[in-house]
Amino acid sequence: MYRRNSIWSGVDWLPIGLFLLLALFGWMNIYGAGYDFEQTSIFSFSNRAGKQFVWLMTAMVLGFCILMIDEKTYDVLGYWFYGATILLLLVTPFLAHDIKGSLSWITLGPISLQPAEFAKCFTAIAIAKYMGRYGYKVETWRDLVVPCLMVFIPMAIIMVMQKETGSALVFAAFLLPLYRQGMTGKIMASGVIVALVFVVVLKCGWIPDSVMDKVFEPHQKTRIEVLLGIKEDPTGAGYNVNQSLIAIGSGGFFGKGYLKGTQTKMKFVPEQDTDFIFCTVGEEWGFLGSTAVLLVYMAFILRLIMIAERQRDTFSQVYAYSVASIFLVHLTINVGMVLGLLPVIGIPLPMFSYGGSSLWGFTLLLFILLRMDASRINKLR
Amino acid sequence: MINDTYYKRRYVIAGIVIAVVAIYIVRLFALQIVDRSRRGQADNNALVRQPVYASRGLIYDRNDSLLVFNQPIYEVLIIMREMGTNFDTVGFCQALQIDTMVYNKRIAEIKDTRHNRGFSRYTPQVFMGQLQKEDISLLQERLYNFPGVSIRKRTLRDYTYNAASHILGSVGEVNQRDLEMDAYYQQGDYSGRDGIEKQYEVALRGTKGVEVLMRDNRGRIRGSYHDGELDHSPVAGENLQLGLDIELQMLAEELIGEHIGSAVAIEPETGEILAMASMPGWDPKSLVGKKRGNNYMALLRDEHKPLMNRATQATYSPGSTFKTLQTLVCLHEGGIKPTTEYPCNGPQSSPIKCTHHHGSPVDLGMALEQSCNPYYWCAFRDQLQMDGYGHNNRAFRHRYELWRDDIMRFGLGQRFEDSDIPDQKGGSIPSTKLYDRYYGKTGWKAITIRSLSIGQGEVLVTPLQLANQAACLANEGYYITPHLLHNDSVMLSKRHDTGIDRAYFQIVKDGMARVMTRGTGRYHNFPKWHICGKTGTVQNPHGKDHAIFIGFAPKDNPKIAVAVAVENVGFGATWACPVACKMINMYLTKHFPELADEPDKDPQDVSAK
Repeated sequence: MYRRNSIWSGVDWLPIGLFLLLALFGWMNIYGAGYDFEQTSIFSFSNRAGKQFVWLMTAMVLGFCILMIDEKTYDVLGYWFYGATILLLLVTPFLAHDIKGSLSWITLGPISLQPAEFAKCFTAIAIAKYMGRYGYKVETWRDLVVPCLMVFIPMAIIMVMQKETGSALVFAAFLLPLYRQGMTGKIMASGVIVALVFVVVLKCGWIPDSVMDKVFEPHQKTRIEVLLGIKEDPTGAGYNVNQSLIAIGSGGFFGKGYLKGTQTKMKFVPEQDTDFIFCTVGEEWGFLGSTAVLLVYMAFILRLIMIAERQRDTFSQVYAYSVASIFLVHLTINVGMVLGLLPVIGIPLPMFSYGGSSLWGFTLLLFILLRMDASRINKLR
Repeated sequence: MINDTYYKRRYVIAGIVIAVVAIYIVRLFALQIVDRSRRGQADNNALVRQPVYASRGLIYDRNDSLLVFNQPIYEVLIIMREMGTNFDTVGFCQALQIDTMVYNKRIAEIKDTRHNRGFSRYTPQVFMGQLQKEDISLLQERLYNFPGVSIRKRTLRDYTYNAASHILGSVGEVNQRDLEMDAYYQQGDYSGRDGIEKQYEVALRGTKGVEVLMRDNRGRIRGSYHDGELDHSPVAGENLQLGLDIELQMLAEELIGEHIGSAVAIEPETGEILAMASMPGWDPKSLVGKKRGNNYMALLRDEHKPLMNRATQATYSPGSTFKTLQTLVCLHEGGIKPTTEYPCNGPQSSPIKCTHHHGSPVDLGMALEQSCNPYYWCAFRDQLQMDGYGHNNRAFRHRYELWRDDIMRFGLGQRFEDSDIPDQKGGSIPSTKLYDRYYGKTGWKAITIRSLSIGQGEVLVTPLQLANQAACLANEGYYITPHLLHNDSVMLSKRHDTGIDRAYFQIVKDGMARVMTRGTGRYHNFPKWHICGKTGTVQNPHGKDHAIFIGFAPKDNPKIAVAVAVENVGFGATWACPVACKMINMYLTKHFPELADEPDKDPQDVSAK
């Protein structure tokens, strides 16, 4: 009893509160996005808001369960989890139905799951375990080979076999924990420089089309070109972003009011309850609402960094930084895309976007961290 | 153990988080607050401003008879998406009584986005328009068989009487020019194309309402926006009451009948047009709906030019009816005195012969009554040469200009600019400039323009102007701008004075009364109404003479002034005078029976001085 009490008293409730705040506001906006002026209840299971509510409830149960599981489990079974995840990712394309060219969904009875969403969590645990072992230090590039491989393997499977560039890209998040543990900043900086050079080169048309065609899928190529302004195509590839910008821009300062956005209700913005959910916020809640949402995310991620910094062991700290940066990368790519600053890459906005897998994935990430954090008091410094 | 060598990197990482959020907030600020254009783009995307047609104003005559009203018509709309693949095309064509070829052609037209830019498979498209109730009754019964097909009601004009086509005009679809000139119109709207429909378009059309609807990304209508908060109901057009008496109008049209010509009747006191017939005309119903296009083209090609309103657009020399004005102007300018007499040598007269038989010398009263050409030539000549001629060309020109101004003060030779009568021609009272061009500055004198003295030659007037001239004579010196609207505004009731002594008008009125009792008008007179009239026979180089008549009645309390012009028939007394007299008789019998004199009273006494 004593031990159990100590867990509950050690749990940091603030991130849970922010997590729930974002998830509930997201759920409202999923209802808003699917709402087409014909009233169905927000709890009706026939619409996505109703389903999301069920996902949210189950996610809470999942979170509760995770808090009950001893954090040592992850340390002990970390590589096993990782191995199982890699196997699952390898098997997925053969079990999956082709959904919009992506082979990442497994159907289990009434629900569909995307293993890639869980792979992030178990990759984080594996890296944390590796870097947390006694005597490990990042001193030369050789020390980074294993963690980088751990990141690269699932990334490659997801990108090549499942054709999910977006989910694969999220694995770039692991650069931040590596950096925190001592990876030279030059790698980070060079990553940014490579990206910039890439953009400039593309923009100036220095890369022959034949090379571009090999590296990117045709639709990705056009998306990048449209983003860089090489192609003006407001009805084709640029349509999504253009409609997204119209939706957000038309919101003005105060927004059009909840359930009153025409861009999203009338389906001008595609994927308005998943990847483009932020449009609904921008259109109906205006500058005020969207800024508030961004600030809550910022507070949430900064809190996770704070949690990471108070961990007493490298394992927990690496894991905590992994969680914080996964949230950060999702936020950056998703909102950047919706605001027309980044190319269209389909990844969900954490807690906001409709979808059970991603909500469960983020729940897993967060609550494992909170369990570790809650029991940090028991660890020796 | 935690490695704290790199603890400062926590600030870098936190900084990245803050920087990303800050950049995005700046971007949001730029999108949502700085750039305001996207609100309009969003509205263009999702909002459809559907017009709700206002019902067009009705048109009544002066006695509250309904002349023009609205009839429902029907449009068959199809939503291709909902028609499905098992659509019963054959049954649909049978229900509409059309050939499947027509169906296929029409579908192809609808799908052709070059010509039908609003095409969407999800929205209603007009399959056939302007159908009558009987055309769609079969379809209406079987409508449930045809998914995606609906019937929409609109209104078209309908007419109680087959008359007054030129006055009423017609309503048709707006053209490109209307769309550019007036932002009120949208493609497919109707507007008045001619006649009173065009003249009073803005009053008649009312104000269209608007329904703000939302459409989705596929063009499907998804209900009203903001629960209809932004909708406006249409405001029905104003009803108009014309000064027209439809029975008089129909009588005039019937009397002219198969001839080509026109008749105009004016109420002298108000200037209201009581009748304005132009023949040939058309059945107003024939320019409505589906058949409008073909019928209009047929009218356009007709060699008798039925679309031309002869009452306002045909110009004739006034012939002898002009002598009424010559009398007044010559007296006014002092060219003659009421007692002046001139000799007449009948057919041997020179330079203009007399076509009537009467004694000589002729006095003023006799001259008007008998329409003596030599008298008017002499009067005209003496008036123009009062201040000398020959070497003194300037005095002659000045006199001519005075004469012309006097004539034009009767409303001749110019449009009634402040009137609501559409499509007027001005006619012409020749100016000195015109003659200068013909003959050179000093190359013309009274003898050169002698035809003017008897209303022939270069002087050209419209029947409307002649009727107005008759009204002016009836009023003894002034006229009110002739106009179509009843209960009119101040603007339309403008009074125009001729500035000529009323006493001279008495002389002319007496003469015109004697025309009807002893002169050319006596065969068709209705003595009980004390009609004053003047016939005219206009020489026509292209065929038989035009018959012209002006008149008004009763003499001392005029209620109606009439002008009639019938083309290519011969004598005014034979062809135009009876039309006018029957119109006067009918109108006065109907409205002013109390003004009738005892039928047995001797007409001679009435007209005697």
